[in-house]
Amino acid sequence: EAAMELPPSHYPASRAAALATGYACYRRGSPGRGLALRAVRRARRQDIDDVGHKYHLELVLEDILDKDSTVNCTAEVLYHLGNKNIAPDVQFTIEGELKNTDEADNIFYNRIKTLEKELVAENIPDSHGNVSPEMEPIHLLAWVASGYVIWQNSKENTKFQLAQIKHVKQVKRSDEYLEFDYLILLHEMVSQEIIPWQMRVLWHPQHGVQVTQDSRQPKQASE
Amino acid sequence: TSNMKLILIFSALFGASLCLETFVGHQVLRIKTRNEEEVKKLQLLESLEHLKLDFWINPSTPALPVDVRIPANSVQAVKAFLESYGIEYSILIEDLQVVLDKEKEDMAYSQQRDRSSNSFNYGTYHTLDSIYAELDHLASEYSHIVSKLQIGESYEKRPLYVLKFSTGGSNRPAIWLDAGIHSREWVTQATAIWIAKKIASDYGKSPSITSLLNEMDIFLLTVSNPDGYVFTHTTNRMWRKTRSKNQGSRCVGVDPNRNWDAGFGGPGASSNPCSDSYRGPSANSEVEVKSVVNFIKNHGNIRAFLTLHSYSQLLMYPYGYKCTEPADYAELDALGRAAANSIQSLYGTTFTVGSICTTIYQASGGSIDWSYDYGIKYSFAFELRDTGRYGFLLPTNQIIPTAEETWLGLKKIMEHVRDNLY
Repeated sequence: EAAMELPPSHYPASRAAALATGYACYRRGSPGRGLALRAVRRARRQDIDDVGHKYHLELVLEDILDKDSTVNCTAEVLYHLGNKNIAPDVQFTIEGELKNTDEADNIFYNRIKTLEKELVAENIPDSHGNVSPEMEPIHLLAWVASGYVIWQNSKENTKFQLAQIKHVKQVKRSDEYLEFDYLILLHEMVSQEIIPWQMRVLWHPQHGVQVTQDSRQPKQASE
Repeated sequence: TSNMKLILIFSALFGASLCLETFVGHQVLRIKTRNEEEVKKLQLLESLEHLKLDFWINPSTPALPVDVRIPANSVQAVKAFLESYGIEYSILIEDLQVVLDKEKEDMAYSQQRDRSSNSFNYGTYHTLDSIYAELDHLASEYSHIVSKLQIGESYEKRPLYVLKFSTGGSNRPAIWLDAGIHSREWVTQATAIWIAKKIASDYGKSPSITSLLNEMDIFLLTVSNPDGYVFTHTTNRMWRKTRSKNQGSRCVGVDPNRNWDAGFGGPGASSNPCSDSYRGPSANSEVEVKSVVNFIKNHGNIRAFLTLHSYSQLLMYPYGYKCTEPADYAELDALGRAAANSIQSLYGTTFTVGSICTTIYQASGGSIDWSYDYGIKYSFAFELRDTGRYGFLLPTNQIIPTAEETWLGLKKIMEHVRDNLY
């Protein structure tokens, strides 16, 4: 089955691109580095009998904290056929080097490790889009971790974005890892729904970001 | 002895301490101590609670002055005390109440000046009341070209206000622009009010706006969904829909951009009242939608229908309810691209251009589909900043840049309409 060229500005390409970006961000991100989609250069789709739809993408990603810093990324996204709750397969390659964030990561790591009381915060950003400088790494960590949730739950007819952190609390640990329990709001573009989602996030400067547990939450009755 | 002196002087004042609200006759003294002895004397003074002395700088070391506020009826006694020990002092404030009164006066004056010279901050998000007050202010300050009309009421009976920009004539061809149909898209209401100010203040200065208003009118609905907007301030920042009650459901609200009579009931809109894209029980069931439809129909000479949403940075033309091209596809696409180029020219912000159905999704019951099928050729929907980093929660420092660039895109379209009146 030959690959069909897709217009990069149409939604099938942009949905697959958003998913690939979320996944790449999860794999490569940290409280000091988040990746976002800048542009879709090229997109093709292959329909594989009895398997699913495979998208071949050429993307440009940007560093959230430094918009002028971009990298090229090629990715393959395979949406599996049928209703099985299998996450899409994603593979990607980033051309070139990503900025080194060791210093920022270590500063954040030490800051949290030496807190007297466990960190607790809510509404990041707030209604006016404000994120305080101290909360920026917490925000970015959620952005990175949400990439996992987005990857796991995406279908060809969904497009997720992190809308807001409703609540975050640090979980005390006896080992070297930092752990946070987040309640986030995901915005699903196609249905326009706002979906609350809880996730446990583990991080260590040398070991990357891991979502160890996550669950979709019911919408509030008052909303 | 000196202590005896103290007791004599101050015992007369004991029990004379009234609890006054005002500071009439209160004095603030600055006392310069030369040695520890003098500091100790002041610390003794400090301990006499019935004097009700208020030390602004407490006695601690001869290196620092001691500032103290003294109630009117203690002033003479304290001065006598200081003089009897040869302790130097100066009067910082002769009468504190006079200073406070002047300060109050200054504040009231500057507040009044603010009100009359308009200090509405366009670079922040405002409550509905604040936006409505600014509409009145604009209509009054620019009354030669701006007037405010009420085109209906929301479900919860809030007025739907439209600003009319006109230099006269009778039922001139007109441009319709609305914002905030989805209440959580805050940058759109903020952009709309900025644009209102821009149009009003640029008339007579900008050749483009001046020639536009000399031939056409502009109607601007800054808050299409006031009930939803208030709800985003009071209860749920992420609220999108209207606040109408749905029969037989505990869920509230209808997606006002699935409620128009264009492919109503088709794909891309939900029949579930709890959904954020619930189309409603029937087309135009929402009074917020019906009011606009009635206005447009009664006016009869609207030539462009432009609507603001956020986010995603898209500039779209019909259709949403079907994926076939509109008859005017070529012209709309070219104009859309020209407008997107204008937007990009300011801050580099890129907008993707295309029909709703191919660019984001198939969605029935949308406003620009209705306006286009009604005969208003130039129908466009904008999705403003950003592309998802902040989404609906766009930081306030991006409001004005967003408004400025969006205005360039809108102007491009309006100029084309002006030059191609059909």
